[in-house]
Amino acid sequence: MKRVADIALPLAVAALLLAGWEWAVSHWQVPVYVLPAPSAIARAFTENLGSLMAALASTLTVTLEAFAAACVLGIATAIAFSQSRLLERTLYPYAVILQVTPVVAIAPLILIWVGFERINLALVIIATIVAFFPILAGATLGLKSADFNLIDLTRLYGASRAQTLWRIRLPTALPYILSGMKTAGGLALIGAVVAEFVAGSGTATGLAWRIVESGNRLEIATLFAALALLAATGVLIFAALSLMEWWLLRRWHESAISAS
Amino acid sequence: MIALSGIAKRFANGVQAVSDLSFAVERGEFVSLLGPSGCGKSTALRLAAGLLQPDAGTVTYANGKPEIGFVFQDHTLMPWADALTNARLPLDLKHVARGEADARAAAALARVGLAGFEHAFPRELSGGMKMRVSIARALAAEPQLLLLDEPFAALDEITRNGLGDDLLKLWREDGLTVLFVTHSVSESSYLSQRVLVMTPRPGRIAADIVLPGGRDNRLAPATIEAQRSISATLNSSVAA
Ligand SMILES: Nc1ncnc2c1ncn2[C@@H]1O[C@H](COP(=O)(O)OP(=O)(O)O)[C@@H](O)[C@H]1O
Ligand SMILES: [Mg+2]
Repeated sequence: MKRVADIALPLAVAALLLAGWEWAVSHWQVPVYVLPAPSAIARAFTENLGSLMAALASTLTVTLEAFAAACVLGIATAIAFSQSRLLERTLYPYAVILQVTPVVAIAPLILIWVGFERINLALVIIATIVAFFPILAGATLGLKSADFNLIDLTRLYGASRAQTLWRIRLPTALPYILSGMKTAGGLALIGAVVAEFVAGSGTATGLAWRIVESGNRLEIATLFAALALLAATGVLIFAALSLMEWWLLRRWHESAISAS
Repeated sequence: MIALSGIAKRFANGVQAVSDLSFAVERGEFVSLLGPSGCGKSTALRLAAGLLQPDAGTVTYANGKPEIGFVFQDHTLMPWADALTNARLPLDLKHVARGEADARAAAALARVGLAGFEHAFPRELSGGMKMRVSIARALAAEPQLLLLDEPFAALDEITRNGLGDDLLKLWREDGLTVLFVTHSVSESSYLSQRVLVMTPRPGRIAADIVLPGGRDNRLAPATIEAQRSISATLNSSVAA
């Protein structure tokens, strides 16, 4: 019953908003280049379905590649940190610097270094930088959160570092890593979009470029359609990661249990 | 079986947890280490297990380091693993083949009364059952020396008594040597053959009291007399 309400209530609000929007646009005769009606957006969406989907595929590819790279790099770096305090103290500040520097500021540099002929690689690198930190931060904290007594127990039985890492530290870190991944999924998408904006038209072929181009041509309905597609993609990524989190933790973790 | 002699341990934060701590436990004995909270009991147990290195003094084992089982006050189970996997941990760490490890862990669970709960997760078990899994885990590697750190302190009295009786049974059946840390006079005198009473921090042994007649005779006047002298030692050392 609660789950039905969780889905039905936001949907009802959306329907109400869309109906109000449609009514307002026709009642005050708002020009389509200022604010198109939902029906006009839907029409633009179906008319441009092919090109919008191609653009989505392009952005989604960059997003998923960046997300995968961020997961691998973030977890690997956190494991390296967990094995050496010295390494962590030396390198963590640089990870923080990378995180707090606005990506739009470093994106042009990366585009130049990687070269416009390898635009997709450049986009993936930029999006990876954006998505990397929450995974590193989550995994680093998680790997440190293992029960001291449990670690002592592994010492008592003569376990190697690799055994302790695999059997105790990584499972302890799993909920932290998954929570970092949920944040990183959205950030990878944002990173991909920002990178496309910086790369500009002519090179990038994703949704961000469609938004810029539609804006320039005053095709505001198409712009809105692309925007809606982008938002839906973000929600879908978050939902998929939440589902994965729930599935992996359902047997044992408080967060998954209270939610079920 | 194990002897600590002249042990001192100071932590990095300057706390002198134990100083000039000496005692020995013979093979097959059930000995309690009793003292007020914070007196260094856990530290003593970790020193005995070799998990901590003393600043001074020595820990010696009679015939080389025995196989040690350790039970913490917290059940310290892995929440992501079922009871069988938890009990199997020592065997997994020792690279025992999976089939044999499963069989031995299941046998250990059965011995603590948890047959049928192999695939239950810790969150599905009561406090007492979690502690039983923890004991099964300690037993799985077939220890000679079993060290327990206030294992029943967080449990209600009925559960505590049941676990105590089962622990005695395991001790008798396996010919284990048991060192049992507690802050309860009645628990120590009920379970053990000998009670080592510790002073407040820095901990040393204030008295070594043998319980005449043993557990099977716990209402005997001599036992009650021993309890009285345990309490008296505790009170006088706390007051001092
Ligand atoms: N790892 C540690 N670092 C610093 N101080 C500690 C540590 N472990 C224990 N202590 C301190 O040493 C004293 C004895 O602790 P402990 O052996 O746990 O006592 P008990 O088990 O008798 O309650 C306490 O004051 C405690 O705060
Ligand atoms: Mg203690």
